[in-house]
Amino acid sequence: MTFLYQVINGLQVGSIYALVALGYSMVYGIVNLINFAHGDIIMVGAYCAWLAMMKWGAPPWISILFAIAFCTVLGMTIEKVAYKPLRKSPRISLLITAIGVSLFLENLAQLVFTANPQRFPTIVTLPSIQLGSRQLSATTIMTIVVSVFFMVVLSFLVNKTKMGKAMRAASEDEATAQLMGINVNHTISFTFAIGSALAAVGAILYCSAYTQLSPLMGVMLGLKAFVAAVLGGIGSIPGAMIGGLVIGLAESLTKGYISSQLADGVVFGILIVVLLIKPTGLMGRSMNEKV
Amino acid sequence: MEFRFKTRTKYLINTVAVLALYFFLMFLQGDVLTRYQSKMLIPVGIYIILAVSLNLAAGFLGQLPLGHAGFMSVGAYTAALFTKNVALPIAVSFPLGLLLGGIVAAIFGILIGLPALRLRGDYLAIITLGFSEIIRVIILNLDFTGGAFGLRGITRATDFTSVFICVVITIAVLHMLIKSRHGRAIIAIRENEIAAEATGIPTTYYKTLGFTVSAFFAGIAGGLYAHYLGILDAGTFGFMKSIEILVMVVLGGMGSMIGSVIAATGLTLLPELLRGFDNYRMVIYSLLLVVVMVFKPSGLMGTYDFSLSRSIESIINSRRRKAAKKEGVSHDSHT
Amino acid sequence: MTPILDVANLGIDFGGLQALDDFNIQVYNNEIVGLIGPNGAGKTTVFNLLTSVYQPSRGSIALEGKKTKGKNTYQVTQSGIARTFQNIRLFKDISVLDNVMVAMHNGMSYTLAEAVLRLPSYWKQEAAARRTAMDLLAVFDMQGVADAKAGSLPYGAQRRLEIARALATHPKVLLLDEPAAGMNPSETAELMTTIRSIRDRFNIAIILIEHDMSLVMGICERILVLNYGLVIAQGTPEEIRNNPLVVEAYLGKKDSDGKKGIQAS
Repeated sequence: MTFLYQVINGLQVGSIYALVALGYSMVYGIVNLINFAHGDIIMVGAYCAWLAMMKWGAPPWISILFAIAFCTVLGMTIEKVAYKPLRKSPRISLLITAIGVSLFLENLAQLVFTANPQRFPTIVTLPSIQLGSRQLSATTIMTIVVSVFFMVVLSFLVNKTKMGKAMRAASEDEATAQLMGINVNHTISFTFAIGSALAAVGAILYCSAYTQLSPLMGVMLGLKAFVAAVLGGIGSIPGAMIGGLVIGLAESLTKGYISSQLADGVVFGILIVVLLIKPTGLMGRSMNEKV
Repeated sequence: MEFRFKTRTKYLINTVAVLALYFFLMFLQGDVLTRYQSKMLIPVGIYIILAVSLNLAAGFLGQLPLGHAGFMSVGAYTAALFTKNVALPIAVSFPLGLLLGGIVAAIFGILIGLPALRLRGDYLAIITLGFSEIIRVIILNLDFTGGAFGLRGITRATDFTSVFICVVITIAVLHMLIKSRHGRAIIAIRENEIAAEATGIPTTYYKTLGFTVSAFFAGIAGGLYAHYLGILDAGTFGFMKSIEILVMVVLGGMGSMIGSVIAATGLTLLPELLRGFDNYRMVIYSLLLVVVMVFKPSGLMGTYDFSLSRSIESIINSRRRKAAKKEGVSHDSHT
Repeated sequence: MTPILDVANLGIDFGGLQALDDFNIQVYNNEIVGLIGPNGAGKTTVFNLLTSVYQPSRGSIALEGKKTKGKNTYQVTQSGIARTFQNIRLFKDISVLDNVMVAMHNGMSYTLAEAVLRLPSYWKQEAAARRTAMDLLAVFDMQGVADAKAGSLPYGAQRRLEIARALATHPKVLLLDEPAAGMNPSETAELMTTIRSIRDRFNIAIILIEHDMSLVMGICERILVLNYGLVIAQGTPEEIRNNPLVVEAYLGKKDSDGKKGIQAS
C-alpha cells in the first residue's frame, strides 16, 4: 500500500510538473528560448489567487479565473516587451533577458509581499480516501484529474484547431510559416498566453497541495518542470507530459524509499542518463546539421 | 610608417601597468577606502576570475555551460579541506590548496565535459546544470564536507595580494592560451564546428580542453572564496550562482576578456553601491540586465579585445599623422 | 604509377535509400577530376564519405594506400584530404589571416605549456606560420585584406579564402564543392586560372563538383557523371559532352535529333 501511496503522490506532483513543463516546451518549440521567467509566472499566479481570496474575499472560482487571466496577460506582456525586440539577437542574449525578467519578478514579489511565506487557503473540502493505513487527500485526486483534463484540452487545441496548426507550423519553420500567411507574431503571443495560463493552473494545484506560497517558490518548481520538458524532449507536448510524470514519480519514490535529501540528485541523475543515451530527450527529434 | 612596439617592450609595458595598478589599489586601501570598501576588492577579484574563466568556455569556445558554480564548489571544498587537514604553515598550504582545488575541479571538468560536450547549446546548458546540482547534493550528504551544517573553521588566508596575483595569473594564462594555435582552434570551434573539424582540428579534444581550463580557474576562485569567508555552505553553490557568473560574461561581451573584467567588477559592486536603496537594489539590478540586453544584445564590449600597448601605439600614430599633416601643409605654403 | 586516392565499390544507404552505390575512382597526382550530375545525384555525399563526415556502408577509401576507414574527419584532413563546402563555412568573426592560421594548426608542434610560457618554439613557429599564411593569401591576391573579418568579404573572395584555408592543411587531394557557385563569368574565368595554378604550384590532385559547365569542361582532365547515386558515365570532357546518357540525365530524355550534347556555355 505504501508503494501505491508513493506512486499516487508521485503522479500528483508529476502532473503539476507536466503542466508547467508544457509551458516551457511550447515556448521553446516556437522561439527556441528557455523561458526562465516561466517558473516565476507560477509564483505570480499563486499570489494572484491568494490576494483575491485572502485580501479581497473573492470566492475561489473567481480567484482562480483572476489568476489565470492575470498570468495570461503577464506572459504576453513579457514576450512583447522583453523577448520580441531580441528575436534576431544571439540566443544567449535572449536567455539572459529571460533570467533578468525572472529575477525582476522574484525581487518585485519580495518587495511587495515580503520574503515570508504565506498560507494558502484550502479550496476543495472533500473527505479524504482511506488507502490501507494511509490517507489519500481529495486534493491529490483533484490535482491529477484537473491536470489530465488540461492536457487533453491542450492536445486538442494543438492538434485539431487552426491556431494549433499555426503553432506547429511556426515552430517547424518560422520563415516558411510566415510565407504561408501565418501571423507569426500572433502565434507566438498565443503560445505564451497558453503556457502562462497553464502555469497559473499549475500554481493553484501546487498551492493546494503544499498550502504555502513564497516569492521564490517558482525557482525550484520551474527548474524541475524544465528538466521534465528536456527529459521528454523539448518542443514535444506528449514528451513534456511523460517527462513531468517521470520526474514526479522518481522524486516521490526516492523520498519514500531512499532519502528526501537525495531526491533532487536522483532527478538530475535521470536527466543526465537520458540525455547521454538519447541527446534530444525521450520524444525529441534528432537535429543533425546537414553538411 | 606606422609605429609599432617591439614584442619585448609590450611585455614590459604590461608588467609595469600591472605593478602600477597593484600599488595604486594598495594606496587606495590604505588612505582612501574604508575598511569595508577595501574588503569588497576581494570578491571583485574572485568574480573576475570566475567570469574570465567562464568566458573561455562560453565566449571563446562558444558552448553554454551552466555549471560553473559546481566547479567553484569543488575547488572551494578541496582547498579548504586541504588547508584544514594538512600540518603545514598556512603560507605554504594555502597556495598548494588553491592549486589542488584547481586541479580537482579540472578533473571534474574532464569527467563532466567528455560526456556533456557531445550535446549542444541548451542541452549542454541543462546537462552541466544537472551535474553541478548533483555535486551540490552530494556535498550536502557527505560527512567530511560538513553536510548541511557547512564547513567551518577555514583559515581566512585570502587577502588582497593573493587575489590580485591569482587574477593576474588567470588573465595572463588565458590570454596566452587564446593567442596561440590552441586558442585559434578553440575559437574556430565557436565559429563553425564542422569547418573546424574539416581543417584538421580535433574538436572533441579542444572542447574538452577549453572546458577543463575553464573549470580549473573556477576551482582556484572557489579556493580563494573558501579562505575569504572562512565557512562554506553547499547551498551557496546552486544554479543561481552559475547564472550570476554567466550574466557577467554575457553583459561584458562574449569573447571579450576586458568585458568580463568590467562586468564582474561592476556587477559585484553594484548591489553595494545601491545599498542606500536596499529594498529596490535587486529590482534595479534585474531591470538593468533586461535593458542592457534589449539595447545592446552583444554585451557592453562585444568581442572587443583590449591591449594597452596597442592603445598607446594608436595614440602615438594619430599624433604622428597630425604632425605629418601640419608639416605637409607648411611645405605646401613654401612651394 | 599508383593512384594517390583509390576508392573502390563505395556506397552508403540512408534509411533504405541508396544514396550512393558502386562508386569507383582512382585519382593520380596532378590530376583535376570533375564530378557532375543533377541535384541530389550524390555528389556532395561522395565528398562527405571521402572526408569521413559519413562512414560508408560499403567499399573502401585509400589515401596513398592507407585506408581511411574508422578515421575522424580531422584525422582524414591531417592525412591529406582537404575540402571546401557548398554553403561556405568560414570562421566569419575572425580575420582572414586567422582563418588560414587555424588550418595551420597541425603544421605547428609547440605545446600548450610552451604557448602559455611564450617559449622560443612558440615565437619561431608562429612567425613561420604567419609568413606561410601570408604567402598563401598572396596566391589568391588576398594579402591586402588579411586583417579584415572573413565574414565581411564579398562572396567570391569568401570562396577563394575557403580554398586558401583548405590548402593550408597541406593536402594531397583537394575537394572543391561548387567553387564557382554564385560567381559571375569573369570571376569564374579567373577561378579557372587559379585552380590550374594551384595544381601546378602545390602538386596536388583536385576533385571538384561544379554545375558551371564552362569551368568543368575547361579545366577537368577527367569527368565522372553521377545520377541517382550511380556513376553513369566517365571520360574526357569531349566524351562526356557527347554521351547520350549524360544528356538524358540532365534533360530528362534524349533530344529528337540525339546529337545535341551539353554545350559549354
